[in-house]
Amino acid sequence: MSQTVADLYCRIQQAKPIKLDAEFVCKAGEVLAVVGPSGGGKSTLLRMIAGLSQPEQGEIRYGDKPWFNADNKVQLTPQQRHLGYVPQHFGLFPNLTALENVVAALDHIPKAEREARAKDWLERVNLHGLPDRLPAQLSGGQRQRVALARALAREPSVLLLDEPFSAVDRETRERLYLELARLKEQLAIPVIMVTHDLNEALLLADSMILISQGKMLQQGRPREVLTRPRDEAVAKQMGLRNIFDAEVIAQEEERQITWLKFGEHLIASTYFDNLDIGTKVRWVIPNQGVRFNSIKKGRLCRSFNKLDITVDSMLVMGESVRVLASVVGVEHKIHAEVPLHLAQQLELVEGSETTVALKSELIHILEP
Amino acid sequence: MDWQALLLSIKLSTVTVLILIPLAIVAGRFLAYRHFRGKSWVEALVMVPLVLPPTVIGYYLLVGLGSESWLGRTLEQLLGHQLVFHFSGLVVASILVNIPFAIQPIQRAFEAVPEDVRDAAACCGMSRLKVLFKIELPMVWPGVLTAMVLCFSHVLGEFGVVLMMGGNIAGETKTIAISIYDSVQAFDFASAGNMSLVLLLFAVTVLALTTSLSRRVGGQHVANRR
Repeated sequence: MSQTVADLYCRIQQAKPIKLDAEFVCKAGEVLAVVGPSGGGKSTLLRMIAGLSQPEQGEIRYGDKPWFNADNKVQLTPQQRHLGYVPQHFGLFPNLTALENVVAALDHIPKAEREARAKDWLERVNLHGLPDRLPAQLSGGQRQRVALARALAREPSVLLLDEPFSAVDRETRERLYLELARLKEQLAIPVIMVTHDLNEALLLADSMILISQGKMLQQGRPREVLTRPRDEAVAKQMGLRNIFDAEVIAQEEERQITWLKFGEHLIASTYFDNLDIGTKVRWVIPNQGVRFNSIKKGRLCRSFNKLDITVDSMLVMGESVRVLASVVGVEHKIHAEVPLHLAQQLELVEGSETTVALKSELIHILEP
Repeated sequence: MDWQALLLSIKLSTVTVLILIPLAIVAGRFLAYRHFRGKSWVEALVMVPLVLPPTVIGYYLLVGLGSESWLGRTLEQLLGHQLVFHFSGLVVASILVNIPFAIQPIQRAFEAVPEDVRDAAACCGMSRLKVLFKIELPMVWPGVLTAMVLCFSHVLGEFGVVLMMGGNIAGETKTIAISIYDSVQAFDFASAGNMSLVLLLFAVTVLALTTSLSRRVGGQHVANRR
């Protein structure tokens, strides 16, 4: 890349027309996923980074270079920011061929070199033999590749992807995941990807920020945000449904365990600092942290992290079964996923009584 | 057949289109992309000539630009002649009357350019002028062509405002529509019939053309969204 590579710092605040409050850094060479429900302000945030719309307050900086600063009235145009942007519907120029689309983004290099450079990039995104097709004659996946080639051919300072996989079919999406993952290795620039699909963030991103209703809820590694949600709002946004009340009964700092009383059950959670004994807390465990052991009720030997449950409902989804069960002694219900063969082996049916074990490392106390 | 009147009408249509369309591209693009306070009022104002009788517009122009008015006198000093009862006055009147026919199709065409495409163009480093000429105009040309055809044919058939503003001076302000009226007044039905037939054939051709063009605009729009 000919551009000097730097980190992108972004702090944006505004009340209208869409409420936004976010501050984050995207490091060079890192893919940052902006995750959140539709209408939460993700695309607006991306447009602001691109310079296509202006925030009320805040600062956007590429290395030392200010792109936007509300206090100093700095506002660089998208042209001055020299970035690569792939809009949700790709934004291909319908009157230009695939090759011309890429050439159109190459104003910064001598005219004689443009076509060769454009062809090279179309090859690099695996679009072979279609340079003379108009966008309307290309499939969704091919259009996405042209848009990606056009954005990357500029040798951008930052690459911005708005829901890059939402407009293609599932098979194409799987292939594009692989390609982006491969391309990621070669890119030394900050890449920001907006998505509503948590799975995409887990697959492709090095870090993620979670945005809901314009507010940044948490930043961290995707796996970490999923297993260590900061508070209940984050947990709910991440699709976690096993959120329960409990009481702190002991703190073991040396073993990094916080002991909880959940009804009559004893729960060993990952250590949470500064909690007094007797404090009421909320804790969470992802569905995959609930294990059905292939032993019948009452035979689990450990005396903690196990719950006696009664199965309320079962829903077979492909090779797994989604189970909703009542926990004996408390009013809460627990969600779990069991492999189909295990459910059959355990003879699980609605009304079955059994015991489940909870993975200690996935039990996490939420910030009050 | 009054060839002089037909030629004058074609000249008036051509001049009107050449002046009005570039202005309509600027105004139509502005109205399509910008949101501002009072936009619906501006859009309503643009549409006024559609609902106001041409004679009313002609009357206001006659009074407003005549030698009795301040504006008329100032323009007379500047141009060396009056605008009323002069070809240039007809051009001014035709431009005003045709504003909705020019701006509407062009504005709609610009509105159909997806925001994604405009965003991508800006992020590709293209200047605004380059985006307009290289990306937007090729996408909106059916709308521009529709506006041109509509304005041209509308000016060709304009009667009320031309009569009010220009009177009936052969070679200066006597257009084909007024010539037809004159012929009927003089019981020269053969001549009136010929001229009417020319205008009728022209109108049908023009309508067929604009219908097929607007279908193409719609088709292109769908292709972009696919």
